[in-house]
Amino acid sequence: MSARAETRLWLLQRTSAAALAVCVAVHLATIIGAVRSGLSAAAILGRTNGSLGWAAFYAAFVLAVSIHAPIGLRGIAAEWLGWRGRAADAVFALIGIALLALGAYAIAAVTR
Amino acid sequence: MSASRWRNRGHPAYWAFLVHRLSGLALALFLPLHFVALARALRGAAALDAFLAWTRSPWVVASEIALVFALAAHLTGGLRLLLVEFVGWKSEGQKALLAVAGGVAAFCAIAFALNVV
Repeated sequence: MSARAETRLWLLQRTSAAALAVCVAVHLATIIGAVRSGLSAAAILGRTNGSLGWAAFYAAFVLAVSIHAPIGLRGIAAEWLGWRGRAADAVFALIGIALLALGAYAIAAVTR
Repeated sequence: MSASRWRNRGHPAYWAFLVHRLSGLALALFLPLHFVALARALRGAAALDAFLAWTRSPWVVASEIALVFALAAHLTGGLRLLLVEFVGWKSEGQKALLAVAGGVAAFCAIAFALNVV
């Protein structure tokens, strides 16, 4: 990958990290609050079903993590396993697409 | 391996790097499972409740507490990295920043554990 493309990935990693910082802070507060009264499908779906706000929040969250995680995994594979190159890049791009698809599926399930 | 490489491993920033990397790896592996579990809601509330009942077993609860710690540690460690890279906050106060990052992560995991157990 060219130096310019690597720089672009680095910037994407940091930009998605900044977005994730907000999303994860909200998510942690939601998790800690939600388990207080005991987790149940009724409690989870009661909060998220039909909620445009939560759907938009989780859409941003899933998009940011689908960018952030594959770039991070790509770095670990290159540094710890020495696995780099076009094949590796293709696999991590596919991981990103799979995360995006699975995440969209999960959002649809809880917010429909 | 040179002596200086080993010496660097005694620095708190090395341990912060390791925690950040391992927590990121754990979260990336957990994420697809999390999405698949939530998608059970498509089969109705009963299917999701059956899954939630399974998550009350002790080993799953212990794993959840570890994951909440990993998530909080990855957040605070990541914020520290953003500060170092974009605000240029380097040597001054790094150890204090690492201590705050670890403390906030531990607080989140303990708050979760106290609520879930």
